[in-house]
Amino acid sequence: MIKEYNLISRIQGDIITVQAAGIRNGELATVKGQGRSSLAQVIRLQGDQVFLQVFAGTRGISTGDQVRFLKHPMQVAFGEALLGRIFNGSGQPMDGGPVLTSLPKIEIGGPSVNPIRRIIPRGFIETRVPMVDVFNPLVESQKLPIFAAAGEPYNELLARIGMRANADVVILGGIGLKYDEYLKFKNSFEQAGVLSRTIMFIHTASDPVVERLLVPDLALAAAEQFGVQGKRVLVLLSDMTAFADALKEIAISMDQVPSNLGYPGSLYSDLAARYEKAVDFEGAGSITILAVTTMPGDDVTHPVPDNTGYITEGQFYLRKGVVEPFGSLSRLKQLVIGKVTREDHGHIMNSMIRLYAKSREVEQKLAMGFDKTPEDDRYLDYSQKFYRRFLDLKVDIGLEQALDLGWQTLAECFSPDEVGIKQEMIDKYWPQKK
Amino acid sequence: MTDRTVGKVVSVNGPLVVAEIDPGREVMQNEVAYVHCQGQALKSEVIRIRGRQVDMQVFESTAGLMIGDAVDFSGQVLSAVLGPGMLGNIYDGLQNPLALLENNQGFFLKRGQYLPPLDEEKIWDFVPLAKKGDRVKAGEYLGEVTEGLFGHPIMAPLALSGNWEITEISPAGKYKISSHIARIKNQDGQEINVAMKQEWPVKQPMRAYRERLLPDKQLLTQCRLIDIFFPLAEGGTACIPGPFGAGKTVLQQIISRYAEADIVIIVACGERAGEVVETIREFPQLEDPQTGRSLMDRTVIICNTSSMPVAAREASIYTGLTLGEYYRQLGLKVLLLADSTSRWAQALRESSARLEEIPGEEAFPAYLESRIAAVYERAGVVKLHNESTGSLTMIGSVSPAGGNFEEPVTQNTLKVVGAFHGLSRSRSDQRRYPAIDPLISWSLYLRQMEDFLNLRHPEWVERVKQTHKLMADGHAVRQMMLVVGEEGISLPDLVSYQKSEIVDATCLQQDSFDPVDRATSRQRQIEDFLLLTEMVRHQFDFENKQQARDQMTRLQNLFFQMKYSPYQGEKYTGYRREIGRMLGKEEAR
Repeated sequence: MIKEYNLISRIQGDIITVQAAGIRNGELATVKGQGRSSLAQVIRLQGDQVFLQVFAGTRGISTGDQVRFLKHPMQVAFGEALLGRIFNGSGQPMDGGPVLTSLPKIEIGGPSVNPIRRIIPRGFIETRVPMVDVFNPLVESQKLPIFAAAGEPYNELLARIGMRANADVVILGGIGLKYDEYLKFKNSFEQAGVLSRTIMFIHTASDPVVERLLVPDLALAAAEQFGVQGKRVLVLLSDMTAFADALKEIAISMDQVPSNLGYPGSLYSDLAARYEKAVDFEGAGSITILAVTTMPGDDVTHPVPDNTGYITEGQFYLRKGVVEPFGSLSRLKQLVIGKVTREDHGHIMNSMIRLYAKSREVEQKLAMGFDKTPEDDRYLDYSQKFYRRFLDLKVDIGLEQALDLGWQTLAECFSPDEVGIKQEMIDKYWPQKK
Repeated sequence: MTDRTVGKVVSVNGPLVVAEIDPGREVMQNEVAYVHCQGQALKSEVIRIRGRQVDMQVFESTAGLMIGDAVDFSGQVLSAVLGPGMLGNIYDGLQNPLALLENNQGFFLKRGQYLPPLDEEKIWDFVPLAKKGDRVKAGEYLGEVTEGLFGHPIMAPLALSGNWEITEISPAGKYKISSHIARIKNQDGQEINVAMKQEWPVKQPMRAYRERLLPDKQLLTQCRLIDIFFPLAEGGTACIPGPFGAGKTVLQQIISRYAEADIVIIVACGERAGEVVETIREFPQLEDPQTGRSLMDRTVIICNTSSMPVAAREASIYTGLTLGEYYRQLGLKVLLLADSTSRWAQALRESSARLEEIPGEEAFPAYLESRIAAVYERAGVVKLHNESTGSLTMIGSVSPAGGNFEEPVTQNTLKVVGAFHGLSRSRSDQRRYPAIDPLISWSLYLRQMEDFLNLRHPEWVERVKQTHKLMADGHAVRQMMLVVGEEGISLPDLVSYQKSEIVDATCLQQDSFDPVDRATSRQRQIEDFLLLTEMVRHQFDFENKQQARDQMTRLQNLFFQMKYSPYQGEKYTGYRREIGRMLGKEEAR
């Protein structure tokens, strides 16, 4: 028997308190008032007081509204039919398509994977972004953030990777996305014809704050099911700082003692619980997470990027519109470079970065007014080619092609003894003069 | 206790659950309780008692709990089960064997499942060491079983107080860990059975030894930067703080592989699961150079990764310490690596916030300092009742927020440890690994172990200090060069800068992926470092900077090639000879 309660005793922030009995922690409820209805979730029980966070926000909620408990926790429909669909932060379709009532439901925010059932990752995910593939390749089961200041084209990068990456399923979780950004994602996926392998869970900036918290869990719960079924899933999240800000807002409404810049003390665990869903299942599929974390004030020591950096396996920095080649790091790259990828991969990677660092020094030297030597010209030439052929986000080439282009670029600017690559590699790959 | 206390849930707030017990019933601080939820019993620990209200932290997700759900109090505090069969195991923070959970539960860790930490069915060959009528105290050896390489002594229960007499002891034979192998009685006539396994409350230090000794012997890690400049003592403590990406974990992994300890306990506390996976998957294949067996045979992993329940994270360090103390009681050299104590402190902070305690600095609880001190104080070297010694060495890594060492966890840890291996972002950005910054790190053991270290060479400690000073000088010159350029500094300054660069490149930096360089034996450390200090002390006579640069670059390359050459091989001795010639000696010693 489902009972209704209509004695809301407290409304604070997006949290309401209602007097009720026999309610379970984490249970879902609907809050119904004048012409509006919202889902809510139990987050705390104290005697007969039940605290609920209301997904649609508490604006307009009256103390006399009807609260109806649904006897189950937050769930998401799961099945192949999810592919190609777009949902909002409470899991409802927002693409005008049918509600998926016939599909089995799965609970979100499930338990963590037994560490013993994980395997050392060994799959390479090609993104066709050379700065990623060549210099910091993405490894299956890796969790990598893209650290960027506001205004950087991080969503563009994410969309590109979403379109081109060789994953079986791509799940986009939009957290606090501007509506325009959402439309851009949708259009790019449509145009690239990859909508059929894509699922989107979208919370836009104007949607209620609580729904932000659900998006990563919805996206990752679906990903986990596909992963167990043997699919290689790529989860794209943007922006996790908005997620952390929502945590902060809820914590403050719950009168929790803040720890650092107002964020709750559990920020690390809360972020880790999501990122740790990235996994390579023994004998099944994998989940790889690429998540944008905007850095307030471009400050990497801000609590959100800082805690993220401790959780993730490396990071990409997006600066001045390009993936920054020096600070960015994929900590798992040595698991695939030269093992899964072509043997010359590691050599090209190191040599090209070293020479690019050198050419940046040359640029600085010239900027300080020193004389230019003929050698400098070659470095400048290299620097320009490196930008045009690798750094530019518009470049769309596969790894092998990028490696060949790397050899070609080196050969155009330098002689074999200047690049510091093993002789046997030079013999095999150095382009012959025509 | 006649019958057990029960209670009912009255409040649920994340992992904090408040139960109300009947008036007049007993409940104990840190007692283990089980909260019954939808047919599962969730393990939890009492952390505060106010009248009939008992606050408990639940070691599992509290989703689905309801007001009025039943709570059973066990009458026991949170304990670890100790005995033969722990080596090679992978436990969670509450000592559940993860490998066995695997068989039952597939990919995911379902809640409310607890398994015995030790194999109850395994048969052990027991040999008595004591005889009927012997008097024993807590921790004295009654007998022994063989576990892998070790004779694993079976002790009189560690919790005993006073003197007891053996009234019965089993003959040599095959027994399970729960079998009684002896019967003992005290003066009051109280008589108890002794099994091969026993329990110990994890938050209580184990003190069944004669006395604690001053750590004055070195624990070799085979990491040169640590062993030579900031050495670690058997029974000592060290902390490794560092910003993310500075190589904390790689350093810990290297130490766990090559340190000369009998037992290594790895506590993965709130860190990435991926890191533990590497250890779990690789250790069984790696050979322990000392014994020739798999590294896993000397290792116990306690694994409570970042997405596993927070309350159990707090327990995981204590579980690790208890296991470590147990092996120390067996007369072994134990090394405990905790990665990372910051996550443990954050778990304290989370539960403190839920208890609505008044927060201290950065919202950490006011008792953070004393808790950290109590944890590190459990390390130490002790003399056992049978005159042999055992040691527990602890290395804790710290993950300071923003890489800033001024935060409370780092600062409170520095107060209580004997060595500080501070990792710096600038060194890791320059790819100078291990990124321990020689200018900020220190070790009290360098002085404390002076006599022991000088067994390597009469001037050892002096030479270490001299070389350390050179590093500081070299750094100062480097700073100066950034301003005035190489032209602006004197020739002697340039030479000391070059010397410091040679020391840095060929001694401090160690390539953890190179089969030769990743571990340096004691003997090789001595020979290589003495040769290096010959170079440091050598008065070079250069005519100009160009000559200095050329010569020093050549010298650096020789040292560099030497460090990658197998010890005492042909190439190695060749390079040594050549270096000796450059330093104007026939054979450097």
